[in-house]
Amino acid sequence: MSGHSTYEPKTGIERWLDTRLPIVRFMKDTAIDFPTPKNLNYWWTFGGILALMLGIQLVTGIVLAMHYVPHVDHAFASVERIMRDVNYGWLLRYMHANGASMFFLAVYIHMIRNLYYGSYKAPREVLWIIGCLIYLAMMATAFIGYVLPWGQMSFHGAVVITNLFGALPIVGEPITTWLWGGFAVDNPTLNRFFSLHYLLPFVIAGLVVLHIWALHVPGNNNPTGVNVKSEADTVPFHPYYTVKDGFAIAVFLLLYASFVFYNPNVLGHADNYVPANPLVTPAHIVPEWYFLPFYAILRAVPDKLGGVLLMFGAIATLFVLPWLDTSKVRSMRYRPTARLYFFIFVLAALVLGYCGAKLPDDPVIGAATGLMLLDADINSFVWLSRLATLYFFAYFWVILPVLGLTETPLPVPESISEPVLSHPASTPAGAAASPEKRG
Amino acid sequence: MLRKGIALAALGLALIAAPAAQAATGHAVMKHVSWSFDGPFGKYDTAQLQRGYKIYREVCSACHSMELVSFRNLGEKGGPFYDPKYPNPNDNPYVKALAKDIQVPDIDSETGDVVQRPAVPADRFPKPYPNAAAAAAGNGGAIPPDLSVIAKGRTGGPDYIYSLLTGYKAPPAGLTVNPGQNYNVSMPGDVSGQWTGDHHKVPPGGFLAMPPQLADGKVTYDDGTPSTVDQQAKDVAAFLMWAAEPKMMARKQFGFGAMIYLALFTALLYFSYRRVWRNVAH
Repeated sequence: MSGHSTYEPKTGIERWLDTRLPIVRFMKDTAIDFPTPKNLNYWWTFGGILALMLGIQLVTGIVLAMHYVPHVDHAFASVERIMRDVNYGWLLRYMHANGASMFFLAVYIHMIRNLYYGSYKAPREVLWIIGCLIYLAMMATAFIGYVLPWGQMSFHGAVVITNLFGALPIVGEPITTWLWGGFAVDNPTLNRFFSLHYLLPFVIAGLVVLHIWALHVPGNNNPTGVNVKSEADTVPFHPYYTVKDGFAIAVFLLLYASFVFYNPNVLGHADNYVPANPLVTPAHIVPEWYFLPFYAILRAVPDKLGGVLLMFGAIATLFVLPWLDTSKVRSMRYRPTARLYFFIFVLAALVLGYCGAKLPDDPVIGAATGLMLLDADINSFVWLSRLATLYFFAYFWVILPVLGLTETPLPVPESISEPVLSHPASTPAGAAASPEKRG
Repeated sequence: MLRKGIALAALGLALIAAPAAQAATGHAVMKHVSWSFDGPFGKYDTAQLQRGYKIYREVCSACHSMELVSFRNLGEKGGPFYDPKYPNPNDNPYVKALAKDIQVPDIDSETGDVVQRPAVPADRFPKPYPNAAAAAAGNGGAIPPDLSVIAKGRTGGPDYIYSLLTGYKAPPAGLTVNPGQNYNVSMPGDVSGQWTGDHHKVPPGGFLAMPPQLADGKVTYDDGTPSTVDQQAKDVAAFLMWAAEPKMMARKQFGFGAMIYLALFTALLYFSYRRVWRNVAH
């Protein structure tokens, strides 16, 4: 896919470097000339957005770490010192805290796009799996990072999540002891979490390099899901996608900035502005919004070990997805039946997130209390979560495998250019497709 | 289309169910105040912050600490006693005078004895109790929370503080209030355990150890504002919001520039995008 290199070193020093470390050639081939399908829509811009978010999180985080004190007696006050006395500390911290939310928003859209257009299918399975690893590392980093300010939700969230590992047989207890660095969440926990919170983003950065490498071997998928057939199907990455991604990034930054400057605490919890106190448990322990679907799955199961296994199972399922979907057609544009189930899946994930923020026993519809079936109150969030959890797993383990064998997909276009050129609206009068021309 | 319609209808149902669920669990009264610092161009009202500081100093500080706030903060940009003539708040004579009136503990460097001395702008607000045990002992077992970031540490922020301070109501017949406790319609909690009336009509609010603190005329305002309970509650809530978020005005100002820059940059990129792609069918 990468094709042969068109780089020609012009000066003596470039030739000298090119024969020793062809890094300029590599950059030109991967970031400038890289042939990219010309029909990518705005759903494809989130890869670039994610790369930028990782960069922002790294830069703000490194500076924050210069002022933060990882000690139970000083952590909360040191964060407040950043907010009050460090020059532009408020900006750094609000960018970092809201940046985490924006990072997850972008990664969820990136994954949803992937599911819809079947980008995880052959030959991109490894690309998808590396992406899942990045997501897993992001979750670990975000959870650990939320513990660092050492507020009430930090502490009690850490207690709840680390205790989950304790449910596992045999390995559970050693894992929790190792995470805690003792027999409870305390100063050693905070200290090692800080260390890991500094380490993991660089692990993510390494995985991102592999992710891009694995992308550049088969090349981008595209909204039709049809392979690139000729050079006419592609445009060079620069300037076509640098400018398109750039525009999408700017729009995304507007959203991000509106949170940072005008509503910086709306995505957090008031409880985390109360210093951690092991003796006082907050009324409701709720994770950040991006973990709520998993929290709902965890609570959907009455048994602790079962809940933990199901929650990890939801993530593990993603890793085997390329082998669960039996359909040969990638894009759901040509799979009307699958598309319907896909939209229900997105809805189920949103419902799970909503349930995760609610008390399990509260009624879903306030007026209709006590819809009893045997011993269970069906009109409760725990039952709604169970329904949505069932669909979540059924989508991957039943619907996708069966549907690929039974459905009749719509006719798939011969090439990327075919639907583009036959679509009258998108062909301006007199404009010929000349992808190799640069603006 | 039909399928999209079904999906949208389901989403709509989920959204309709949301407020219903909230109505069933919400039990505390939250009164919404129109604050001078609301909205993207909101600013703190300096006179209000000064009145609020006076209430904190004369009423709240008897029991509540504000450990994260120093006297110098009062004279910083956006603060209640900021004076552009003194960019360094440690030089601000008003702040110096306010600090001097307060005694803070120190160690005599000659003898090593614990002494009290007048505060300087660099000092933190002194704590009313030497430690948590003393604070609990002085307040019937309940430790008065530190107020430095309380406006961000409670759902509703300044609205909640205002509601709580004005939410003391006579308990309705059928509600037993234990000794040392006070009934407040805006305190988050559940009073059903103390309620002997109709269990479908449990009164709102909860109990707290702090008795009502504000009274009409309790604090004399220097600027002639009528010193009502309602006004006092608003002023101290605004002051506590400032204490929790002293850089809010700088943030919104910076944000305004950032948003304009990003909007122009977005437009520029959009037109560049249109131009670069003009000859590509896609």
